[in-house]
Amino acid sequence: MRYLPKSQSDRDTMLGEIGADSIDDLFSSIPAEYRLTRDLNIPRQYAESEIVDFFRERALESAQGYVSFLGAGAYSHYRPVVIESLVSRGEWFTAYTPYQPEISQGTLQAIFEFQTMICELTGMDVANASMYDGSTGAAEALMMATRVTGRHKAVIASTVHPEYREVITTYARYEGTPIWTIGHNENGRVDLEKLESSIDNETAGVLIQSPNFLGLIEDVPAIADIVHKKGALLIVSIAEAASLGIVKPPTEADIVSMEAQSFGVPLGYGGPYCGVIATRDKFVRQMPGRLAGETRDRNGKRGYVLTLSTREQHIRREKATSNICTNQALVALMVNIFMTVYGKEGLKDLAKHNLAKAHYAAEQFKKKGAKLPFDGTPFFNEFVVQTKGDPYQLNSKLLKQQIIGGFPLKKFYPELGNAALWCCTETTSRASIDAAVKEVA
Amino acid sequence: MTFNDKIKKATTHVNQDEGLIFEKSSPGKKAYKLPPLDVPEVDAEALLGEHAREDLGHLPEVSEIEIIRHFTRMSTWNFAVDYGMYPLGSCTMKYNARVNEFAARLPGLANAHPYQPERISQGALRIMQMLREQLIEITGMDAITLQPAAGAHGELTGILLVRAYLESQGNPRKKILVPDSAHGTNPATAAMSGYAVENLKSNAAGMVDISSLVAQVNEDVAALMLTNPNTLGIFEQEIHKIADVLHDKGALLYMDGANMNALVGKVRPGDFGADVMHLNLHKTFSTPHGGGGPGSGPVACKKMLEPFLPTPVLKENADGTLAFDYNRPQSIGRVRMFFGNFGMFVRALAYIMANGPDGLRQTTEDAVLNANYIRKKLEGIYELPYKTPTMHEVVFSDHLQTRKGVKTGDIAKRLIDYGFHPYTVSFPLVVHGAMMIEPTESESKEELDLFIDAMKAVAEEIEESPEIVLEAPHNTRVSRIDETAAARKPILRWRPSQKAEAKEAEKLEAAMKG
Repeated sequence: MRYLPKSQSDRDTMLGEIGADSIDDLFSSIPAEYRLTRDLNIPRQYAESEIVDFFRERALESAQGYVSFLGAGAYSHYRPVVIESLVSRGEWFTAYTPYQPEISQGTLQAIFEFQTMICELTGMDVANASMYDGSTGAAEALMMATRVTGRHKAVIASTVHPEYREVITTYARYEGTPIWTIGHNENGRVDLEKLESSIDNETAGVLIQSPNFLGLIEDVPAIADIVHKKGALLIVSIAEAASLGIVKPPTEADIVSMEAQSFGVPLGYGGPYCGVIATRDKFVRQMPGRLAGETRDRNGKRGYVLTLSTREQHIRREKATSNICTNQALVALMVNIFMTVYGKEGLKDLAKHNLAKAHYAAEQFKKKGAKLPFDGTPFFNEFVVQTKGDPYQLNSKLLKQQIIGGFPLKKFYPELGNAALWCCTETTSRASIDAAVKEVA
Repeated sequence: MTFNDKIKKATTHVNQDEGLIFEKSSPGKKAYKLPPLDVPEVDAEALLGEHAREDLGHLPEVSEIEIIRHFTRMSTWNFAVDYGMYPLGSCTMKYNARVNEFAARLPGLANAHPYQPERISQGALRIMQMLREQLIEITGMDAITLQPAAGAHGELTGILLVRAYLESQGNPRKKILVPDSAHGTNPATAAMSGYAVENLKSNAAGMVDISSLVAQVNEDVAALMLTNPNTLGIFEQEIHKIADVLHDKGALLYMDGANMNALVGKVRPGDFGADVMHLNLHKTFSTPHGGGGPGSGPVACKKMLEPFLPTPVLKENADGTLAFDYNRPQSIGRVRMFFGNFGMFVRALAYIMANGPDGLRQTTEDAVLNANYIRKKLEGIYELPYKTPTMHEVVFSDHLQTRKGVKTGDIAKRLIDYGFHPYTVSFPLVVHGAMMIEPTESESKEELDLFIDAMKAVAEEIEESPEIVLEAPHNTRVSRIDETAAARKPILRWRPSQKAEAKEAEKLEAAMKG
């Protein structure tokens, strides 16, 4: 086996040194009745060339060369080449969690920079080193709110990503956290009256998403006023990180839970992505996940180290803020490099291109007779289009032209009828928008 | 004697200093260029009104070459499997094959949108289906979900399966038993799932104490979370009795698969009584640790738990195509959006294919051989608290060295000077001053001998001049880091005011060097 660096004579020598007659001696503690005496029933050993061929074939069975208007929590942005070039260094991807700071300063400094940039983008004081993804991050943010407030109920907007809400339901069920879901108003945003009436003095946190799942930007300051008046925490989930280049950050929030996939992370059929939680300094001790902090070495030299680990499972066990251990470090590094490449001006320019493409597309749909049910509500790069025909059927037609149409909303928002969520990013060409509009409207 | 004369594997070399990226930033530098906009420009303020953002704070402004150097320089400050032996116990730091990386980056896989129609996703689904089938065969279980994002996430999923199953039987029960040698994730998971945690003591041989188990298992116990081999590297020889004791009282056996690298191809948890378990694809199946993640924590289970698996579940249609089944009324629900860390599935499947049944078995045998070789060579030099046979990892203690005031953490720091990543320090908690060594199969005899020599040399140094070890590491770019100061007054992000402070500190450093 080509990954194993030993010859048979090495093995025999080592067995001799150990004083074992055969390798089976070293497995003698396994009761004989359970030992596997046959080969595993899996395919034979493949050559590297065969593995490459196999996966190339599988890749060809998956969509290639299609133009896609799918967003809905996973966004297609251009990935600068330097990202793959850098994260392919073994020093990054074959390292472990930086528990030994003296030989992990690269990872630690990178996390520190990541935390800083997430804070700058979100307007929060402190950000962690990553969570699994936006969905579990949102669930953990709600659990955090229950610890901070000592209350146990949660209120969630129906315009939070439906799959995030499903994950939260799973997490909340056994934590004893009842959930109230509040619908949207005719503008597609959180219904403020319903919000106000659904919060009581047992509500720990209110979770909204902005831009919300329908692509619309929520009125975070107004929502924050209502939530804070009732003594609850406001958690804002951000699924489309690229929006932060041009949309005001939710500085009124107490916790921001973000999915950073937009920043240089491949779509990858849904993962691995990069969740991250950011919050106010005063709540940091209730935060889940790893944190890197700045400190000094014995000679006074600046260095970085994982810190405040008394929140974590390996120290606190059942009293930890979460059971999370492994996070998404390498993906966070991709996000970090992406943010560094675009930087202060680039993220803004990038966001402007997204804004322009999506608004052009929305205008075209409108001109050709499709209905935009939330026309007038500000949006970033996604918008809802209502059509006469069924969006699944329209999408089938589009597929023949190598176009993947918008995400049909019937499954999650049946009240919207024949509606689909369309996404345009900086990678969407005018020609493909025109082609799709022609077919759909 | 100088403090480096026993070091054979490593030497120091010049490595580059590099400040924070924010300290390199200046207005007008750029590392990006967008294509010309092919649609009309828009006025953000007109479209977004009060929601329009004006400023992006202190995000950096740097050029591409600076970015390449920044991240390359920082990377060289990390130790990595690619540099050498990384014997962290229970972490399974094995070789990360390059073909896995190649496969995961193929365009049709890396660019697939999770909501693209299933009929144009068959390749991705086929990869998932094959991995599912092969992991089921490897574990001896009946069903599996690939959705959990990491080991601890798999634990949560598995315990929720237990809970849902017991609820369907009429009583979710109240407690989870966790051995004192368990990973911290186990009790944390039990708590997140709404269970009380009850500690289970090990016996003198380092295994579950059957009489304690019998005394503690009753109708309130939902499950035992057991790592096998446990964190001492010891296979629970009475595993069948453990399973029987639990099953007799209607409780389930959850197996933490963190140490599956000791078992693959040699024995199957499904055969020895485990009802549900998670795997760590980033340990046993060679997907890279990435500096802390991403991982992937599939959960395999017996038939009776299958109805409760997270939605959606992959199924094969009559025509041979694959599709997701969302209609699972008894499911615990989703534990993650989309389908899990798909990129890790590609890598794990590539690893299994590269090995085949013979390669996987040989891998396990080599991992166990390596650990036993280290055990044999270091026993006596370091105290071996449990004499029970060990498998893929071995746990020593610092008992013999503490006489000189040197602890496991100090020995770990000195190993760094010798060119090795330290073992796992002070874990498992059942061994005072633990040194938990897992070499994995990826080490040659030569590398193992160098490690053994280094451990012996450090032991000698402790006898001759313990201060060398107490002050280690000596050859790293930073000396021992002040963790207490970091926690006492946390600095968790850079702020512009630090720019000036950093300049002062640099001056101080320069003065000290001078």
